[in-house]
Amino acid sequence: MIEFHLDTRSGVAPYLQIARQVQQALRMGTLQADDQLPTVREVVGKLAINPNTVLKAYRELEREGLVAGRPGQGTFVVGTPAGPPPGAYTRLRGGLVRWLRDAHAAGLDDESIVAFVTTTLRDSAEESAA
Amino acid sequence: MSAILQATALGKRYGDEWALRDCSFELPAGRVAALVGPNGAGKTTLLHLAVGLLAPTSGHIELFGSPPRQDRAVLERVGFVAQDTPLYHGFKVEEMLTLGRRLNRRWDGRWAEDRLRGLGIPLGKRVGALSGGQRAQVALALALAKRPELLLLDEPVASLDPLARREFLQALMDAVAETGISVVLSSHLIADLERVCDFLVLLIASEVRLSGDIEELVAAHKVLIGPRRSTIGIPGVEAVVQASHAERQTTLLARTSEPVYDPAWTVQDVDLEELVLAYMGQPALSARPMPAGPAEANG
Repeated sequence: MIEFHLDTRSGVAPYLQIARQVQQALRMGTLQADDQLPTVREVVGKLAINPNTVLKAYRELEREGLVAGRPGQGTFVVGTPAGPPPGAYTRLRGGLVRWLRDAHAAGLDDESIVAFVTTTLRDSAEESAA
Repeated sequence: MSAILQATALGKRYGDEWALRDCSFELPAGRVAALVGPNGAGKTTLLHLAVGLLAPTSGHIELFGSPPRQDRAVLERVGFVAQDTPLYHGFKVEEMLTLGRRLNRRWDGRWAEDRLRGLGIPLGKRVGALSGGQRAQVALALALAKRPELLLLDEPVASLDPLARREFLQALMDAVAETGISVVLSSHLIADLERVCDFLVLLIASEVRLSGDIEELVAAHKVLIGPRRSTIGIPGVEAVVQASHAERQTTLLARTSEPVYDPAWTVQDVDLEELVLAYMGQPALSARPMPAGPAEANG
């Protein structure tokens, strides 16, 4: 069983925070197939949040095929998120470290790098949406 | 009818002063709604109109499709906790429960007792000897023991310390999860209610300025930052809520109808608090020039 926590200053919608914490726990192996998620009342009683928020997070996870409701019992893990293969992070990290060295050499500081990545991410999302 | 509470052009005037005017909104069933506005905006007046303690000067308010002052039976389906959780301080908690049982046709005293025991509140103690947080919990348990379908709470957490505030909201959300009850909570601070509410009614200077599903409202509003220029006719922007101009830069908080792709604008998300503050910073609707008919000079 896992416990959720909320970062109210993150700007990420609470239902997404809950869904992401489940996805993360699945990737890390903290949650495995047949494990039960906390009931809506348990989450609500602990975090003092709207039950609809928890329901929405669980529905989202159901839609992704990660969990399934069992009538009268609760919500259980049925799958794991389709993430990149384990070696992918190492490989990508190598490329990123080289890129960061380039960026620093070109005179960008950490803050401008973060801003640059954020705007580029958004632009490319908008290009593919347009 | 899906609206559990519906106001149509609702107004209440005291002498020459409108406490509430031309107020229209619909609260769908199953929501936890925040009734937010600065002190004196008309929140208490609206709640008192909703439970029939006040009669409207103009317009209508309906609970479950019925006007509360004409159809008293509808009040059995509603729980109301007034500001500062008024209870008889000389009564023991169990005596308050007895009073509730005698005054209400629908009453689940066992449930209320279990709930209060679960919170560690001694039933034999006098209400006046309880802490503020415990008194708020007793008032909530009494309101819920009526098994209402709609619960109205006027500034329930304003006088509580942060821990009692959280415990109160936990108890309330537990009741929502258990019973599916619809709730309206008023507060002058949105931060208090942000985590628990999924619907907003924003009341400013006696007018409903904004109402709707919180997630939809937050998603529809964006901050746009760009070179200084006119704020009229930006594609995707439905209405500018707030605009500020520096020498070379314009910053807008705007309601959008579709994504703003113009690369001149940097688009940022807003949070609920920013959104509410931007609307609070607007001049009153009644103080703005009206396209037709004389505007009232009343502010």
